[in-house]
Amino acid sequence: MVGMITALILVPLVGALCVSAARPRQARGVALGFNALSAIIAFTLWRNFDSSAAGLQLIERYAWIPALGAEYLVGIDGLSLLLVLLTSLLFPFALLAQQGSRGLCALMLVMQSALYGTFTAQNFVLWFLFYEMSLIPSFLLIKLWGGEKRAHAATKFFLYTFLGSVAMLLAFLGLYFVHGTFDFARLAELGKTGLLTSNISWLAFAGIFVGLAVKVPLFPFHTWLPDAYETAPTGVAMVLTGTLSKMGVYGFVRLLLPLFPSEMRVVGPWLLGLAVCSIIFASLAAWAQTDLKRIVAYLSINHLGYCMLGLFAITARTAEPMVETQAALSGVFMQIFNHGITAATLFYYVGLLEQRRGARGLDDFGGLMQRAPLLCGWMSIAMFSSLGLPGLNGFVGEFLIFKGSFALAASFTAVAVLGLLITAIVFLRAMQALFSGPLAGSCSAFPELRPKEKLVLLPATLLMFAIGIAPQFIFNIFNTTVVQMAQLFA
Amino acid sequence: MTFSLVPSLWLIPAAPLVVSLLILSLKKSRHSASAMLAIFGQLVALGFSAAAFLQTLATPGFRVVHNFTWFSFGEQSLRIGWVLDPLTAAMLIMITFVALWIFVFSVGYMAGDEHFARFFAYLSFFTAAMLGVVIANSLLLLFVCWELVGIASYLLIGFWIHKPSAAAAAKKAFITTRIGDLGFFVGLLWLYGSSGTLLFYEEGRGCLESAALLAIGPSATAIALLIFCGAVSKSGQFPLHVWLPDAMEGPTPVSALIHAATMVAAGVFLVARVYPLFSMGGVVAGGVDPGHAGLSAAGYNGVTPSLTVVVWVGVITALMASLIALAQWDIKRILAYSTVSQLGLMMVSLGVGGVAVGVMHLLAHGFFKALLFLGAGSVIHSCQHEQDIRRMGGLRGMIPITLITYAVGMMALSGVPLFFAGAWTKEEILQATAHWPGSRVPHYLMMAGVVLTALYMTRQMIYVFFGRRHAASERAHESPRVMTLPLIVLAFCTIALSLLLTPAWPWLHEYLSGARAHFETARLIQPALLVSFALVAAGIGLGILIYRNPTERDPLEAAQPALFRFLENRMWLDEIYARTVIAFSRMAARLSDWMDRHVWDGLVRTVGGIARLFGDLNKGADERGINAAVDETTFGARDLGRVISAAHSGQVQTYLGAVGVGMLALLLLYAWLG
Repeated sequence: MVGMITALILVPLVGALCVSAARPRQARGVALGFNALSAIIAFTLWRNFDSSAAGLQLIERYAWIPALGAEYLVGIDGLSLLLVLLTSLLFPFALLAQQGSRGLCALMLVMQSALYGTFTAQNFVLWFLFYEMSLIPSFLLIKLWGGEKRAHAATKFFLYTFLGSVAMLLAFLGLYFVHGTFDFARLAELGKTGLLTSNISWLAFAGIFVGLAVKVPLFPFHTWLPDAYETAPTGVAMVLTGTLSKMGVYGFVRLLLPLFPSEMRVVGPWLLGLAVCSIIFASLAAWAQTDLKRIVAYLSINHLGYCMLGLFAITARTAEPMVETQAALSGVFMQIFNHGITAATLFYYVGLLEQRRGARGLDDFGGLMQRAPLLCGWMSIAMFSSLGLPGLNGFVGEFLIFKGSFALAASFTAVAVLGLLITAIVFLRAMQALFSGPLAGSCSAFPELRPKEKLVLLPATLLMFAIGIAPQFIFNIFNTTVVQMAQLFA
Repeated sequence: MTFSLVPSLWLIPAAPLVVSLLILSLKKSRHSASAMLAIFGQLVALGFSAAAFLQTLATPGFRVVHNFTWFSFGEQSLRIGWVLDPLTAAMLIMITFVALWIFVFSVGYMAGDEHFARFFAYLSFFTAAMLGVVIANSLLLLFVCWELVGIASYLLIGFWIHKPSAAAAAKKAFITTRIGDLGFFVGLLWLYGSSGTLLFYEEGRGCLESAALLAIGPSATAIALLIFCGAVSKSGQFPLHVWLPDAMEGPTPVSALIHAATMVAAGVFLVARVYPLFSMGGVVAGGVDPGHAGLSAAGYNGVTPSLTVVVWVGVITALMASLIALAQWDIKRILAYSTVSQLGLMMVSLGVGGVAVGVMHLLAHGFFKALLFLGAGSVIHSCQHEQDIRRMGGLRGMIPITLITYAVGMMALSGVPLFFAGAWTKEEILQATAHWPGSRVPHYLMMAGVVLTALYMTRQMIYVFFGRRHAASERAHESPRVMTLPLIVLAFCTIALSLLLTPAWPWLHEYLSGARAHFETARLIQPALLVSFALVAAGIGLGILIYRNPTERDPLEAAQPALFRFLENRMWLDEIYARTVIAFSRMAARLSDWMDRHVWDGLVRTVGGIARLFGDLNKGADERGINAAVDETTFGARDLGRVISAAHSGQVQTYLGAVGVGMLALLLLYAWLG
């Protein structure tokens, strides 16, 4: 089974080439075909993954640039696998969400390949290569296929995240010149033994932190996001929120927490404060929006804020009980997956509404329940999942995050809980505006959910229920990794 | 070891849940099929509940649990489970039975509604969620079902979704209850963190058992109060009661369900369930084993901070709501406020230590409040959907069954002695408050509450059934059999239940407290009993006296216009909230948006601007400085080149001349330096 991960990374790239060569009409079909192939590979990875074994698995290691100590090193642990699966799930979903030209499909596939690379690379040079590789297609996708103000939003998105990347690159170069390695595992060992602490460590920490905080995004580095998501076409917004934002969270787990435990501890309370700000201010700002896409975008920041809360709570305290660390970490991983599914689904629904009505303001709709009860019902499921209703997926992750963080950082968590209330207000307000009341004149010919759309939505909706009711199959993916990481962070 | 039902206790909520899903998958037009299915689901649940109930009769203080792992994360597992004890069993019977008759009533009441099938699906889901709350042996499972109850009520209150007021009421109910749920959630997290488990009972390791309670220690008070926040919002306690009267926007059977069997009962039930957490403070002081504090009121004398809060919240709620009820005109709104006040009464009872009594009142209230709401539904149905009691009147001869059954409910609610369920429980609550060591004030205020309750119910009765007829009541007609039958059954039960509640044979009390009942007539004759009966008589008598000639203008309004206005407008609490909390939150939202657009993004733009400024400066420096310098240098070199190249004329004479001059100059230099 050696070469599986490389195959996973290469398949979408080959797909991108084939799509470019295909007839315009067949572009999306070809892209979906390659998506299916990637999904099969990802699924095989899952089958071959030993969930009870700690450490990296299915490793592929080749010499690459010996002068730099940069190897081609890929491998997966529970977290990587989770993200690979999420990526494989979301890309076909996103492609089905919209009509795609050849260029769009090809760029999406390039992005998919970059994401697989990012989530499996275990060496900084390689990781950074993929990390940057994802940036260019997303920039182009927004710039070329976006809505109004796309040029501005795309440039802002690019410059913002690119500056973050530059900071991160400089930080890693600094680390390299002092310690002579780019290997994540070795750097983590150095970090744990405290050897990484040196004069430049604070600078390096700051550089990497900014780079990742922009990507997640963490308050106050988030202002590129609403603009970018608002203008991005539906499918692109889906993968941006579903997978690209996870690169930031992943980076926090993989790089910042293991490499800089002492630095994290020092600034921990401040970071927790930022996470709480992310949660509260983003949900409040979502409340003030009237554009559905912006609402979902802001709530995305809010939900990733919960992830950040869990991660920072783990590092903020010096002697934490392992139980709580494991709870918080499990919650964060769960939330990564759940948010990917739910937020992408919400964007899909917004896309449906926009497609039918030609607008997506809250005031542009009314009384949809009378015309399209199924659409309203299904969309409500996604909304309730997002607001953390028990029985649906969102609750499981948020509950564990809050459980862990409450024991580790009670006061911050108690404030963060308010986010749950505000999210509920935001969604209920949206539901009231969209679904209830008298039928708006402009929606009198509003079409019901079509069978094809139902088919596209079915997997995501089923997953919401499945994870909400019996989440064990997701926990099995990363339980061992959680235990291992909890020890690493202890 | 006999066969135990407990592992399959989940079937009780599962039956209505499955039914609900089945109905949703049916065609919209299959009205009778959906009603049949829903009623069948209730019957199954009722049958299982009865079986479970019979099992609890075997031994006093019966308690069997069934726990299992929901999921494992890291190296731990999260366990949930169900429990069967008298509290659960009694609640199960009440919920399934009352809900069953509400379902039957709905068949008539909702006939002709376009979304008949959906209505029954939601109703089934609602009872399923509530049954889940009752059987839960884990605070987490209870919270999960608790939230599902919330969502079901959201769907049902907003059932007539085309009405903007219904949509607004549904939203208000969900958000208001979620405010309290946040407290509940934090309490749950705290409890989980400090006791390491969320199971109530697990062979001595559960969070309500002695070992865990001792481990929790002093933080029990805070945890209990946080959990109480959830009960406050769900059970409509002050200051989060505002959603409950608005919930009238739902169809009347929904109101009956919310006010009797499900939803509001959940809060009182929650407090009763986690009672050991509330009584913790007292236990530490008094040194009683907390594990056995349980439901027994006898011998319990502790006044803990958390229970004191419960008492006062209950007192304020009960009194405030019964005052407001006095000045309402909507038949359902009056009942809604009576629910709020009765729930306050139950909280008081729990707070002063009368746990079993509080639960008994909850059970009895479930029967007669369902009866009253369905009766109100029947009245509204017969009056062409008129809800204002001023426009009814004189209905007594026209809807006899409704009148008689409604009267039974009214007397039970007011606490008319001997044959009505509410009377005995209310009387016992009064006694419990009398013995509360904390203060005598709640006792006196609750006595006032009893008078007020009798008073506003008499007012309602007179306005609706007596006096002159009005437009709405001119053509009134009795409701169909399918609607009157539930009324008769519930009225009958209200009376029959009173037999289990008498002090002579306090069967239900002893059942709930885990003891055996003994028959003793002597206990019937107590002075305290006479006092509470006198209070009820006073209330009703006063009511007849004041409202004997029902007029458009309320006699109270004539006497005290300002006070009446204050009460009629529900003490302006909604308006106060709108101007303060809600306005403040809205402002915070707008501020966040503004900050995002102008401050944080402004910061980014500033940084970008500075970078651009540097770029411009750089450009300027490039063009005028470096570039110019390079230009100057090159131009200079070129000019120099021109000058020099002019010298390269190619004429040997000039060269030789130059050489000669040079040599001469060198010689001169040499001579001078030498």
